[in-house]
Amino acid sequence: MATIVDARGKACPQPVIDTKNAIKEHGVPVITLVDNDIARQNVEKVAAQMGYYTESEALDGGDFRILIQQVSTQVLSSVLGEGGAVSDAPIDCPTCQPMELAPAGPTVVVLSSNCMGAGDDTLGAALMKGFVYALTQLDRAPDTVLLYNGGAKLSAEGAETVADLKVLEENGAEILTCGTCANHYGLQDKLAVGSVTNMYVIAETLSKAGRVIRP
Amino acid sequence: MEELQFCRGGGCTAKLGPAALARVLSGLPRPTDPDLLIGAESSDDAAVYRLTDELAIVQTLDFFPPMLDDPYLFGQVAAANALSDVYAMGGTVKTALNIVCFPEKMDLNILGRILQGGSEKVIEAGGSLAGGHSIADSEVKYGLSVTGVVHPARIRANNTGHVGDALILSKPLGVGLVCTAARMGQADGDALALAVRSMTTLNRWAAEAADRYRVHACTDVTGFGLLGHLHEMLRPDLSARVHAGALPVIPQARDYADAFYLTAAAQRNRNFADGRVRFGRGITFADEELVFDPQTSGGLLFAVDPADADALARDLAALGLPCGQIGTLLPRVDAEIIVEG
Repeated sequence: MATIVDARGKACPQPVIDTKNAIKEHGVPVITLVDNDIARQNVEKVAAQMGYYTESEALDGGDFRILIQQVSTQVLSSVLGEGGAVSDAPIDCPTCQPMELAPAGPTVVVLSSNCMGAGDDTLGAALMKGFVYALTQLDRAPDTVLLYNGGAKLSAEGAETVADLKVLEENGAEILTCGTCANHYGLQDKLAVGSVTNMYVIAETLSKAGRVIRP
Repeated sequence: MEELQFCRGGGCTAKLGPAALARVLSGLPRPTDPDLLIGAESSDDAAVYRLTDELAIVQTLDFFPPMLDDPYLFGQVAAANALSDVYAMGGTVKTALNIVCFPEKMDLNILGRILQGGSEKVIEAGGSLAGGHSIADSEVKYGLSVTGVVHPARIRANNTGHVGDALILSKPLGVGLVCTAARMGQADGDALALAVRSMTTLNRWAAEAADRYRVHACTDVTGFGLLGHLHEMLRPDLSARVHAGALPVIPQARDYADAFYLTAAAQRNRNFADGRVRFGRGITFADEELVFDPQTSGGLLFAVDPADADALARDLAALGLPCGQIGTLLPRVDAEIIVEG
């Protein structure tokens, strides 16, 4: 859930300071609303300086909506290609900057379904493949990837995501698949990457995480 | 009684952006009187009109909303800022007129304090306060129209620098950032005190110090920030190299830039410079914000013969404010202004 900062009617530096405080308190994504273009530029400048990406949209009446987030949707769409089809081309990511505000503690990615998002499962599966690929392109691999429920299918033989999960493993990520879940789907003998884990380890990993990412 | 806010972020941060202004002014007819030695077209600080071969008058007008909560100090700052344009032209102050906007509902003692602060600065300048004009308005604004004199041969234009000249700035940058942090209740007392001391200091003393040296061009650094006013000094055949490490600054202003106490005016100044300025390696975010920071009652920026630079910098330092040699004028290169570490 994005935090909304409504800075319309406020003069600089207030929109900038409100945005900075929202990011510090709640993290990204943050959506800031401003009522003039100079304020939009100042908010974008500050977000970039803090290591985030912004996308802005002009609204009716001269207002702007600025989305501040961790990864640019341009990078995501270059991974996914047009129409959600997965591109094999390596992504060019010249604007990546070190994340200065990375929280203390490990970064854990939770994949609890073989689909990303709800709506159309074919699209959801393509999105998930794109997401796992995008993880391999981050400057720093996550410390742990947890796969449970439908997510357990992603590490099983034949899954399109296995190759990218192996890349993540080579880059230092621990790939852990829920054993109960693999059994449930009849995949207990088909684990193709990482190792099997149990609920105690899952609970402990999540409770010690500095940041949990759920696509 | 209705609560009226005295200070909402004024000073030179309240200026219209340079780009907007240039567009409007370009549509006006140009004066043709040959005795108008300096008019609007060179973006200079004041108009200079030749009365005789020995005497020209310098005319200027400057006013703005409060950037400080103290009306007396605001009056001093607004007056020092308006008087500065005469000094930037090499002139001597003779008379000044008050220009006042003041809400009818506000305590008139506040106005009294503003005018007292202003009049003290006119007296310090050696001028006579000769009247003024006031209107009721929703927000406070105050300044002066100033008339000075200068010998036509001793006019200090802003665009007559030579290749190789040293650039010397007589006051610290960061006044806009400090006042913005103060408005948010976040400014350190020492930082605000230095900003106020800088803003209330007449440029008379720096201008007189420079009289002893070969100054080829001069301007004052106000709302368009260091790079905006430096731009006005650069003819098409000149570029400037600025050394960020040599910039005189109010030290805490760097922290306020990093904490994002950023004005709209600074961003407008940055937009205006877009494509003309090259920042070298090692230039920090705070460095960039400082060179675009709008200065209220900022210092004089001199282009001086390099052989005189050390002596002028020493004399200016003796006046007691952070100042320094900040760069040099070069033959025009690919960028108009190069800012290096």
